[in-house]
Amino acid sequence: MSLAAVFLSSSSLVHLAPVDMVIVTFYFVLVLAIGFYLKGQANTGEDFFMAGREMTSWVAGLSFLSANLGALELMGWAGSAYQYGILATHWYWIGAIPAMLFLALVMMPFYYISKTHSVPGYLKLRFGEPSRILSAVSFAFMTVLMSGVNMFAMAKVMQIVLGWDLNFSIWVSSLTVAVYVTLGGLRSAIFNEVLQFFLIWAGALLIPILGLYEAGGWSNLKVLITQRASEQYVHMWAGLGSFSTNPMGIHWTGIVFGLGAVISMGYWTTDFLVVQRILAAKDIRSAEMAPIIGAGFKMLVPIIVILPGLLGLGLLPMKLVPESVAVATHGYSYNDVLPLMLARYCGPGLLGLGITALIAGFMSGMAGNVSAFTTVWTYDIYRPLINSKGSDGHYVSMGRWTTVVGVLISVGTAYLVMRSASIMDYVQALFSFFIAPLFGTVVLGMLWKRATGAGGFWGLLCGTISSVSMWAWVKVDPSALRYVALSPDAKAIAQDMYQALWSFLVCVTVTVVVSLATKPRPDRELVGLVYGQTEIPSVGDLPLYQKPLFWAAIVAVIFVVLNIIFW
Amino acid sequence: MAGRSVSIWFFIGISLLINGVLILGAGLYEYSHPPAPEAQVVLFRLHASVWWGGLLTLIGGLYSWWYAPSRAR
Repeated sequence: MSLAAVFLSSSSLVHLAPVDMVIVTFYFVLVLAIGFYLKGQANTGEDFFMAGREMTSWVAGLSFLSANLGALELMGWAGSAYQYGILATHWYWIGAIPAMLFLALVMMPFYYISKTHSVPGYLKLRFGEPSRILSAVSFAFMTVLMSGVNMFAMAKVMQIVLGWDLNFSIWVSSLTVAVYVTLGGLRSAIFNEVLQFFLIWAGALLIPILGLYEAGGWSNLKVLITQRASEQYVHMWAGLGSFSTNPMGIHWTGIVFGLGAVISMGYWTTDFLVVQRILAAKDIRSAEMAPIIGAGFKMLVPIIVILPGLLGLGLLPMKLVPESVAVATHGYSYNDVLPLMLARYCGPGLLGLGITALIAGFMSGMAGNVSAFTTVWTYDIYRPLINSKGSDGHYVSMGRWTTVVGVLISVGTAYLVMRSASIMDYVQALFSFFIAPLFGTVVLGMLWKRATGAGGFWGLLCGTISSVSMWAWVKVDPSALRYVALSPDAKAIAQDMYQALWSFLVCVTVTVVVSLATKPRPDRELVGLVYGQTEIPSVGDLPLYQKPLFWAAIVAVIFVVLNIIFW
Repeated sequence: MAGRSVSIWFFIGISLLINGVLILGAGLYEYSHPPAPEAQVVLFRLHASVWWGGLLTLIGGLYSWWYAPSRAR
């Protein structure tokens, strides 16, 4: 077998010109160069795991957003937009903006004041060791699975678009991430995430620009989508009055309470993958501004993710199908819509940049998962359970080795994910297993001083078990969907919303009941950890336009206006 | 953030500049040597590579100059 045959499969959607290969190669060289450049700045634990806590609000904010711009965003949500229409935008607006603002204005001060290294670290301070260990182990498990999802998604794109062998793509991307995170720690991950943020926009923004030009504008695109699918594909709220009048099979209560109030709050405020970037901010004002900056840009991301999916629905000559059908019929699946649109408009050079944008997105998601896993393993599992007396240098060394091991576990996970029918459903299921109950525990810990250590632990455990149980119940007996998701018409993605809502309520209920039955901690032990017992540090005597609250209000107003425009 | 000596914004500028120059060059070549119609992308007549590559070159050049390590010192 020739070398080329190892790298290339039999068919591909496009062929890269030499200039495209130069652009892709230059990207890999640059990220590795950044890793080597930052190697000398990751010698202490504070440097390696927290990037020295010296990030500005812009760097922390863009990194916060970029860590989330992985496979899920770029390929999965473009596919979801093709499958479900503009409803997918809910995951960017109500499914993100309120939570980001809540993180900035309400929760960030507690994370920042406590000087914790991680979210499980906060649980240790507030509820004790058992809650920390439970949270850390579930987070580590979820993180390596998410990283595997990212790897698989990237390798799949490379296979479809370029004909690259899946194994080749997985190993090249994972080894690159392993090298630059091992060398530079969180600072290297953050540097590369900000770089990737710009590359993603530079490479992906042409698709909506040229697509809207071809469609004849947004109004004409809506007409095309209505003709090919239905009118409900271009309305965000109008079809949510009933489970059966929208493509997603979801009711507005699922979007507002399941997604907006639980899943997104859980993800954006307690998922350490994203919160870690904010903890690296240089001061309290930067820590509050970073999620607000992230929220401002998050509202724009549908332009490069959702809009290409909608354009594919309106313009592509072929009909895309679910992954399982595509495999059986050798057709194109929903997840292929973004690469297909890229190939439609981008010639030599632009195609290389577009492919680089995809690779950058996937690698930033992977690096985010790996760096968060490394911190949680070292500080919240290894140090309390295995070796609590190591030197700072020992923990840095452990962090570097954990990075390599985390990448290897992720590679194994990627091979497992290859057997999964749908990337999106898999990831959503993971979110609702762990994230929703964790949000219940953290938010009660911050806002209710009566919550006790026993209450926090049992609430988190029962919430997680209830989520896994509901998922397993529907797997064994699909008719149980009518109870879990309130309707037999609900789709898998709607099931996840309600599953998250119920597991959050189970967590909160158990936490409250157990807390009221157990002895509360003295108020003096809760200083810096709980609202009402903590003096929130001021951001300083600043003019109005520099205050986080002012910018949060502007973002909130734009958020409301956008929802009304696309109602 | 300065990253001690080289700013992250400088790396971004270099990245946009080099990518922009490569895309602009490829676009100009295609402009002077158009591929066969069946090999052209949709909306080829707009020559997106030329103006998009030019825009990236401009932005990248400005970033690279503004955040250059020599200028920062």
